[in-house]
Amino acid sequence: MSRVADTIIIGGGVVGCAAAYYLAKAGNSNVIVLEGTKSIGHGGSSRNGGGVRQSGRDVRELPYAMYGIKNLWPNLSEELGVDTEYTQKGNLRLGKTEEHLKKLNTLASNAQSVGLDVRMVDAKEVKEICPYLADDIIGASWCPTDGHANPLTTTLGYYKRSLEMGVKYYTDAPVKELRKIKGKVRQVVLNDGTVFEGESIILAAGYESREIARTVGVDIPMTRLIDEALVTEMQPHMFDIMLGTAGGDFYGHQAHHGSFVFGSDSGYEVVTDMKDPSAMETNSLTLSASCRAIMSYVPALKDAKIVRSWAGWLDNAFDGVPFISRVDEAPGLILACGFTGHGFGTAPAVGLMLSQMVAGEETVVDISALRYDRFKPIR
Amino acid sequence: MIDIQEKLKEIGPYVEAPDDYMLVCRCEEVTKGEIRKAVHEGFFTIEEIRRYLRSGMGLCQGQTCGKLVKGIVSRELKVAPTEVEPAVSRAPMRPMEMEILAEDGGVAHE
Ligand SMILES: Cc1cc2nc3c(=O)[nH]c(=O)nc-3n(C[C@H](O)[C@H](O)[C@H](O)COP(=O)(O)OP(=O)(O)OC[C@H]3O[C@@H](n4cnc5c(N)ncnc54)[C@H](O)[C@@H]3O)c2cc1C
Repeated sequence: MSRVADTIIIGGGVVGCAAAYYLAKAGNSNVIVLEGTKSIGHGGSSRNGGGVRQSGRDVRELPYAMYGIKNLWPNLSEELGVDTEYTQKGNLRLGKTEEHLKKLNTLASNAQSVGLDVRMVDAKEVKEICPYLADDIIGASWCPTDGHANPLTTTLGYYKRSLEMGVKYYTDAPVKELRKIKGKVRQVVLNDGTVFEGESIILAAGYESREIARTVGVDIPMTRLIDEALVTEMQPHMFDIMLGTAGGDFYGHQAHHGSFVFGSDSGYEVVTDMKDPSAMETNSLTLSASCRAIMSYVPALKDAKIVRSWAGWLDNAFDGVPFISRVDEAPGLILACGFTGHGFGTAPAVGLMLSQMVAGEETVVDISALRYDRFKPIR
Repeated sequence: MIDIQEKLKEIGPYVEAPDDYMLVCRCEEVTKGEIRKAVHEGFFTIEEIRRYLRSGMGLCQGQTCGKLVKGIVSRELKVAPTEVEPAVSRAPMRPMEMEILAEDGGVAHE
């Protein structure tokens, strides 16, 4: 068994698996992926709300969010041989107060400034786009090129396809530390002492990336937060758009098989009350609050039955955008973490750019704003 | 540590069986053959298989087929059923209307 490869990827989430796929696609299939748990996609990648959106994003993220939606998502199912259920029917971000509309307006004009087609719509147009919404919604932002996809099949699709292409995967392989050889990060050591070695090391282990990077003296300014989601039983087909709110109380969509998937913020009570952070439990407080929020925007769903609820970790970067970056003090290491609760929609573009960084090529869009040292004071 | 490629070699290729057409997950209509095939595509855990095929994701949340799926997966992997971890159960215990769930934990009703 060879434990040496050109590229070692730490973390078998959608980002790690996508990077592996695009590396293999470019002919660099000498890649090893190390997933800490027994299941590929055990982290946020299988727990998220499936939003594939550009609207509402920081302008530093928009160029690659837009690139992925234009160039990668449309053919992804075909490429991977798995139905990703990608649906591009637009995103309504709803407002009920003047305060909400002001916030939406700012987000919209920021996005327009980098060329995204997003505009404000009034109550009447909201109803035309989606007749099931509540009467007290006074306006919304509308981004017709946003959408949603199935995060489960997308993540596992990247895994399956790259595995077929020769990428080596190890599960139940938790990484403990990185080691430098002659000044270059080369070795990846598991909890059980097994050592892997690679020319390039991509660190895509979600929040845990912080601890792993610290073993070579690099600190990534991020924290973790829990987010929750729920799914209803199958419903008759109602709409294909993605919904969100200016207040951020919930977001979601109707999946292809008929269930509605909604996500929501847990609030700080849940995090501070949690006895064992690794348990990742849902809290009935959040579940009920989500139901109230959803019904107040989509009253038609009041009788829909919830069949399951779950939680997942977010790797929150202190300024809300990820770290996709080489590290000056640790050559060989490439960071891909800090996705701050919206790294699913951008995963194809991020995976592609990571493969380009490994190959020493220029990335499809400029991501220098996502460098790890962006917090450094300028002297 | 599980070496996926090694394990795939060890269990050999997927071979069609006469009862592959059998429905195992009735809620989501997943057949025995689909589950068997998924194992040979590299999906070794119940968690991965349910996410890939939707087995156990319907109204009963796997209460009916959970054991059956476990048996099929362990046979394909050539391990004891006890080595295959079941899917995690999560709230609510039984499917429940949003309107009813919404009454919990909020501001008390007057
Ligand atoms: C409830 C919820 C809703 C969300 N909704 C959306 C949405 O609608 N749209 C959107 O774009 N994004 C959304 N997100 C965010 C999105 O899920 C993540 O940004 C994305 O999945 C990040 O992918 P990843 O591969 O970086 O992380 P992960 O999927 O977390 O993958 C990291 C992997 O690394 C593994 N790992 C950890 N430690 C180690 C170690 N020491 N050694 C080896 N492996 C290790 C983990 O087990 C995990 O599999 C949501 C997240 C949550 C939790």
